[in-house]
Amino acid sequence: MLVHFTCDNSDEQSGHGGLGSGSGLRRARCWQRPCLGLAEPCSPHRPCHSRAARAAERGLGSGSGLRRARCWQRPCLGLAEPCSPHRPCHSRAARAAGLCRGRAASGARSAPVPQRIEEKRRAALLGGGQARIDAQHKRGKLTARERILLLLDPDSFDEYDMFVEHRCTDFGMDSSKNKYPGDSVVTGRGRINGRLAYVFSQDFTVFGGSLSGVHAQKICKIMDQAAMVGAPVIGLNDSGGARIQEGVESLAGYADIFLRNVLCSGVIPQISLIMGPCAGGAVYSPALTDFTFMVKDTSYLFITGPDVVKSVTNEDVTQEQLGGAKTHTAVSGVAHRAFENDIDALLNLREFFNYLPPSNRDPAPVCECHDPSDRPVPELDTIVPSESAKAYDMLDIIHSIVDEREFFEIMPAYARNIVVGFARMNGRTVGIVGNQPKVASGCLDINSSVKGARFVRFCDAFNIPLITFVDVPGFLPGTAQEYGGIIRHGAKLLFAFAEATVPKITVITRKAYGGAYDVMSSKHLRGDVNYAWPTAEVAVMGAKGAVQIIFRGKEANAEEEYVDKFANPFPAAIRGFVDDIIQPSTTRTRICHDLDVLASKSQSSPWKKHANIPL
Amino acid sequence: MGIKTVAIHSDVDANAVHVKMADEAVCVGPAPTSKSYLNMDAIMEVIRKTRAQAVHPGYGFLSENKEFARRLASEGVTFIGPDTHAIQAMGDKIESKLLAKNAKVNTIPGFDGVVKDADEAVRIAREIGYPVMIKASAGGGGKGMRIAWDDEETREGFRFSSQEAASSFGDDRLLIEKFIDNPRHIEIQVLADKHGNALWLNERECSIQRRNQKVVEEAPSTFLDPETRRAMGEQAVALAKAVKYSSAGTVEFLVDSSKNFYFLEMNTRLQVEHPVTECITGLDLVQEMIRVAKGYPLRHKQADIPINGWAVECRVYAEDPYKSFGLPSIGKLSQYQEPLHVPSVRVDSGIQQGSDISIYYDPMISKLITYGSNRAEALKRMEEALDNYVIRGVAHNISLLREVIVHPRFVQGDISTKFLPEVYPDGFKGHKLTDLERRQLLATAASLYVAEQLRSQRFLGTPRIPIAESKRSSWELSVHLGDGIYPVAVSKHGSSFSVEVDGMRLNVTSEWNLASPLLSVTIDGTQRTIQLLPSSSLESLRDQKICGKYSKILLFNYRISRNASGETSIQFLGTVYKLQILTKVAAELSKYMPEKAAEDTSSILRSPMPGTVVAVSVKPGDMVSEGQEICVIEAMKMQNSMIAAKTGKVKAVHCKAGDTVGEEDLLVELE
Repeated sequence: MLVHFTCDNSDEQSGHGGLGSGSGLRRARCWQRPCLGLAEPCSPHRPCHSRAARAAERGLGSGSGLRRARCWQRPCLGLAEPCSPHRPCHSRAARAAGLCRGRAASGARSAPVPQRIEEKRRAALLGGGQARIDAQHKRGKLTARERILLLLDPDSFDEYDMFVEHRCTDFGMDSSKNKYPGDSVVTGRGRINGRLAYVFSQDFTVFGGSLSGVHAQKICKIMDQAAMVGAPVIGLNDSGGARIQEGVESLAGYADIFLRNVLCSGVIPQISLIMGPCAGGAVYSPALTDFTFMVKDTSYLFITGPDVVKSVTNEDVTQEQLGGAKTHTAVSGVAHRAFENDIDALLNLREFFNYLPPSNRDPAPVCECHDPSDRPVPELDTIVPSESAKAYDMLDIIHSIVDEREFFEIMPAYARNIVVGFARMNGRTVGIVGNQPKVASGCLDINSSVKGARFVRFCDAFNIPLITFVDVPGFLPGTAQEYGGIIRHGAKLLFAFAEATVPKITVITRKAYGGAYDVMSSKHLRGDVNYAWPTAEVAVMGAKGAVQIIFRGKEANAEEEYVDKFANPFPAAIRGFVDDIIQPSTTRTRICHDLDVLASKSQSSPWKKHANIPL
Repeated sequence: MGIKTVAIHSDVDANAVHVKMADEAVCVGPAPTSKSYLNMDAIMEVIRKTRAQAVHPGYGFLSENKEFARRLASEGVTFIGPDTHAIQAMGDKIESKLLAKNAKVNTIPGFDGVVKDADEAVRIAREIGYPVMIKASAGGGGKGMRIAWDDEETREGFRFSSQEAASSFGDDRLLIEKFIDNPRHIEIQVLADKHGNALWLNERECSIQRRNQKVVEEAPSTFLDPETRRAMGEQAVALAKAVKYSSAGTVEFLVDSSKNFYFLEMNTRLQVEHPVTECITGLDLVQEMIRVAKGYPLRHKQADIPINGWAVECRVYAEDPYKSFGLPSIGKLSQYQEPLHVPSVRVDSGIQQGSDISIYYDPMISKLITYGSNRAEALKRMEEALDNYVIRGVAHNISLLREVIVHPRFVQGDISTKFLPEVYPDGFKGHKLTDLERRQLLATAASLYVAEQLRSQRFLGTPRIPIAESKRSSWELSVHLGDGIYPVAVSKHGSSFSVEVDGMRLNVTSEWNLASPLLSVTIDGTQRTIQLLPSSSLESLRDQKICGKYSKILLFNYRISRNASGETSIQFLGTVYKLQILTKVAAELSKYMPEKAAEDTSSILRSPMPGTVVAVSVKPGDMVSEGQEICVIEAMKMQNSMIAAKTGKVKAVHCKAGDTVGEEDLLVELE
């Protein structure tokens, strides 16, 4: 497989209209960046950093590109205790102060400093210039800054590194017209419904949003901060790929981001919203984050573009077919959801954000709720059809039980035989997993197991209680599944449910057959509260198959006997494998009460470096 | 009355309300009516098994079936209704007309014999003079009924009516009569016992109809004077006596503008709209029917029958009133709440939250009846009841009902059976907002948006990272409604919002319970009950332009109040309005968003409703011309001819006769 980090829109890279350079100024500012999270004593790069900083303070701005690059590659783990006294120079006053010191060190320039600050700021706000902004709009896309404006609460954005410029000197890149304050990404932090979030938004108008060393460095900076503070990171991706002119420095930048994605995984929620191209190695950053959302028609994700595909495999495929929103939400399962356009996506992201705790140190958020927790749901008493082969929509059950019928479904178009998503119960965020009898009888197969497992692990990592609705006839049989490794993949869901220590509530609505019964958050996997509806059938298999095995078809009334014995909740209830058989209409009330009690649940697993989930 | 009850039901109705209320319930077969509710063998078996002594047949199904009545009689079981002879005499339109003539009841000029074929139909139609009405001899309820204005329509009407008559009643005999243009449909309720006594219980005005099926009924009629009422009542009683009628029955009349009335037919059963008569007379008709069946004489004299106050009934149907005043809709009632908290409201329904509205039966959800000391009071209560009626999961006709009852012509009593096509010549399009109403709607929607925005910042508990509390007290919004975009400014003053729309300032207060589908809002002192709809309910699936773009995007969002993109559906004055509320910033940026191409609908034919394909008249490769019939869909026993929207070659046919199709299913594609 060819993997290359390219910029697809090379014309975007040859830009115009940079403002005055002032390189000494930049460098001084650059080195003043307070190191974040450096308290980790094991960091091997501390000496390097401090020496560089000392050099900068002395006004030695001529460090080689190599040195600089190495310095920025310092893996700032951000997992350190938040004991660092350093505060980022984010406020305007602080930024101005820093710049003034910078000027003192490097000597006065022609224009007065306040004026030049203003000029830089104006230039930064314009990104790649009005012509490219217009081109971006023409493509049906918003600019990096417009996106941030819509995503965050009004006036809440504090920008970092607005004055950062790339350091490439090859191919004429050091000419002033090829310099853009802030380079090709806007980073900072802000508030979504009052809650803190760190954001980076790639700016396609500057060199096609291509990733330079400083671009990566800016992203890493906010990721380190986010990990240290314990707040989510949201990436708005719109980038042509690597900055080819910078060569390996760009590759190093990607790796720096990947490392942080991995280290932050399970520590803070990471969300990627793909709002334009994201190709080559760049795709692995979204792939490492918790959720990848896409914008329909204007975004795509792939390892190699259609041209390379054609030359290697001789396949004719369009960008949209290869890596558009439809492909990734319905076929590959790479993306978790797609939205109509930039505005729709950003507004939905705000909504989605409200479900998430800021970090693994925080409990699931509880919103103000107007839906009574003891609301009876009478329609549930009749929702499961009397014929056990007849389908019904699990979403009907979910919508009627959760607060205000509001359910944020994850991967609604992929592996539809399992339904996963976020909802609230009495205001508290919960993760919902349900077999979907409407699709493939709700069986577990490779894709649904993987989809479910990843969701369960996210919820467990971030203290989100799990509610599981079970109507599963078993694992899907067949060579396609066996050859594809259903044993290995099915084990993931089993693993995820078993290791989860968040509150786990399970409702068996109808079938819970075979091994799939065990998998679906059963009592045996540390289920906290397991309910059965009167329609529940907990058994090794359905009556027909079972009777054939037990009696080899010889007994006449065998099926009736089996149904009488096993096609009901009693065998499980007698053994305490379900805690109670409940009237379906009371399900909401019961779950809300259970969640209140389980809020103080504490459970741990044996110490380990990490578990070895069957990947 | 201390009578034990047994309910019969089909498979799909196992959880129906009547089943739950009965002392015993027995399933008589699968969903199709011919295998369950019309399956006499199975029903007789149940009667034997449960040793039932009497059967009330309800309305529809076997209620006017003489064979059923005969079989009951032969088993010694009482049929709560008239005897077989009366059912037979009145059930046959031809015979009933002759009987009526002999009883000196005014009848409509027309052909009394059975029409053999389409040619004869045309000949007779010419004799009587157009327009003519072709109808099934055995029919009722508007089924198998067609109006023809020329020869061609007569032929087509003959074909459809005989098919429908055959499939609905198993009897394809047709008759033709003069069609009285612009008539009122007024019927007299009669009640007779087995001792030769008969009463008329005043009239019901049932002129508001669509496709010959009643929509709004009331009692009494604004049109009748006491003399006409008495004349009609006496003729009705005369007819009842002439056939030795016992039990409750209804004599239907057409009344022209000069108060001439003509006998139409007699229904030998309880009518759907009987509650309005019960309201104004104080009689319980079902109770009286049971008494009469038992052989008791009537308890009342004609002079005892009062007209107390006024009653109105609206038939709430699961149908889309925007399509031909109502095409059936199916689905699960995800939310259902009857307006029983409104005073003097009666709701007769057989469904509940979670029930399925299936293709097998009539799409009626309920009968909503309000009563008042006068007509204005009854109508006012109806308005309130309709506003408070929550139905989710299927399309419904509340918007049409509410428009009808507040329409100046209806309020004045100036109605006829042509009311709907006359008032809405281009089809029903929902309520037309006045400037003030539009401002009220915009102000309400904007306030709702802000209330929700404020709530989404309120988290309980003390978070580790303090939440930045918004000190905002004013919002600049942009609201899309229909084709208009309206800037709206909202500012918060305590618990109420001050909203500026179109240079006008409105004060909006409410409790803003965002989990309730019903919301009481006070706008500058005017109280309105609005309803919040999930943004992906059926209503929004209709192609509606939002924000200049066609959207069908909300399939994954069922939230009550709005979706993340600010799209919301509000039922205001009965009609559902789709709005999109964005901040001013987002609205300005939305001009850059790409237009999503709308589907070209002229070359594809989609099913307008769920139903069964009866016939497909084209195959791939055929040339069709605009207006040509492509296939016929039957739903709720109505046959609908699907026609080509343009001239072209058939590219693909996706259905065949006998298929069950859903709403919006692709039927045929043209090139």
